[in-house]
Formats: sequence, C-alpha cells, structure tokens
Amino acid sequence: MNLTFALIAFLILASAVLAATRRDLIHSALLLVGNWLGVAFFYLWAGAEFVAFAQALVYVGAISMVVLFAVLLTRRMRTELPLLVATRDRVVSAVLGGAAVFGVLAVAVLRTPLDTNPAKPAGSVSMLSLGQQLMGPQAAAVLIVGVLLTVSLLGAVVLASSDADGKEGAP
Amino acid sequence: MNMLQACLLLSSALFCIGLVTALSRSNTILVLLGIEIMLNAANLNFIAFWRFSPAGSAPATGVIFVLFSIAVAAAEAAVWLALVIALYRHQQNIRLQEATRLKG
Repeated sequence: MNLTFALIAFLILASAVLAATRRDLIHSALLLVGNWLGVAFFYLWAGAEFVAFAQALVYVGAISMVVLFAVLLTRRMRTELPLLVATRDRVVSAVLGGAAVFGVLAVAVLRTPLDTNPAKPAGSVSMLSLGQQLMGPQAAAVLIVGVLLTVSLLGAVVLASSDADGKEGAP
Repeated sequence: MNMLQACLLLSSALFCIGLVTALSRSNTILVLLGIEIMLNAANLNFIAFWRFSPAGSAPATGVIFVLFSIAVAAAEAAVWLALVIALYRHQQNIRLQEATRLKG
C-alpha cells in the first residue's frame, strides 16, 4: 500500500466525516473545502494534473465561495433548533442505510477480479493531446456544456431574483 | 487487494459519507454538500479506472469524462443555491421539512 495514497485517503475521509457531523454550517463548508483539496491531491497523485487544477479552481475556488455566500445570506438566527426525535430516527436510519450501501459496494469491489496495469507511469496524458481531444472529437460536447452552463446560470439568476412587482416575497 | 481496489474502496466510503449526509441533515445547504461529496466520489472512480486501465484502451477518456462532470456539477451547484435563496425568501428558513407548500 502506498503511503501517499494512505495519507490522501485519510485527508479525504476525515474531512468528509468531520464535515458531515458538525453542527455549525460554516465549519462544514470549510471542512468540505479540505475534502475537495484532498480530491485534487488524489488527481495529482494519479497523474491527471489538468483535472487536479480544474478541481482546485472550480471546487475550492468557485463552489466553496458560492456555498459560503448562501450560508451567510440565509443565516438569520444564531440559536439552533433543538434536535427532534424524528431527526434522531432519521439520522439512525440514514447511517444504517449508508453502512448497508458501503457493505454491498465493498464486497462487490473486493470480489471482482479487476484487470489492472499498475506499471503505467504517471502523467501519461499530455496537455497537448488533451486539448486536441477536446477540440477535435469532443468539440460538440464542449459546446453543449457551454450552452448548459449558460442556461443554468441564467436560470439561477431568474430563480434567485425577486419579483418585479414585489407582490410576493419582498424581504 | 491491488491499488485499483483500494481506490474503489476509498470512493465507495466517500460516496456513503455523502449519502448519509444527504439523507440525515435537514439543512438544504448540507444536503447539497452531501450530493457534491457523492459527485466527487464518482469522479474519483473515473480517474482510478483511467489510471489503472489496461494498456491499449483510449488514452484520455477518463480525464475528459471528469472534466465534463466537474462542469455539470458547477451548473448544478449554481441552480441549487439559487433555489436555496428562493426558498429562504418564501419561508424565512431553509429547513427541508417545512418546504411543503406543493404538498397535495
């Protein structure tokens, strides 16, 4: 077992577990930034540098900022609501369901004979070939993703803006 | 257990942490964060299969998959947080249990 891989796995899993169990929303969001950084380190370890930098830019840079803005815009009262009994039941059932899913996945992964090639050196795809792939055979997909991003951002602006005549929901 | 199986186990554990987060929390933003954790676990799978794939397969398919997946995840996060702000404006909090206006 690789020591670097073990360290990265520990960083990813520990930050995810801590983020899932914090009561304060700000702590969860900041710990999730650590989780996303760990995933970027995993991409670097696996030799996909471009994906690692894209992950760092998009998740650590952009999505974390959007999440923090949403947390600050929707935080009104400091006092947390008391933990209800129904909530505790839901937590227990969610943990049981998650453990069951992990058991099924782990058994499936460990029982499957996987044909691997560990001798491949890291960094086996160059930036040049990646760009040629994206602009050549995958150009239609790049255009579709651009249209999807434009449409979803316009939709987000329409959803988040208040009504023009102010008949409902003026804060 | 070889390296690919270790990577798959890591992504399985990450997926289940995200699943538990999305199912157990009542705060809408934390549910979004759980879904993002699950998306990251799927991307880890793509990269792990790309890195340890047998020789002779397509050279950059996993990397391109992950790039498109990150772009779609960014769009999803933007729309979700706009929905959170709209929900907050309508009911003054973001608890999922109280968002029952469309209930029949």
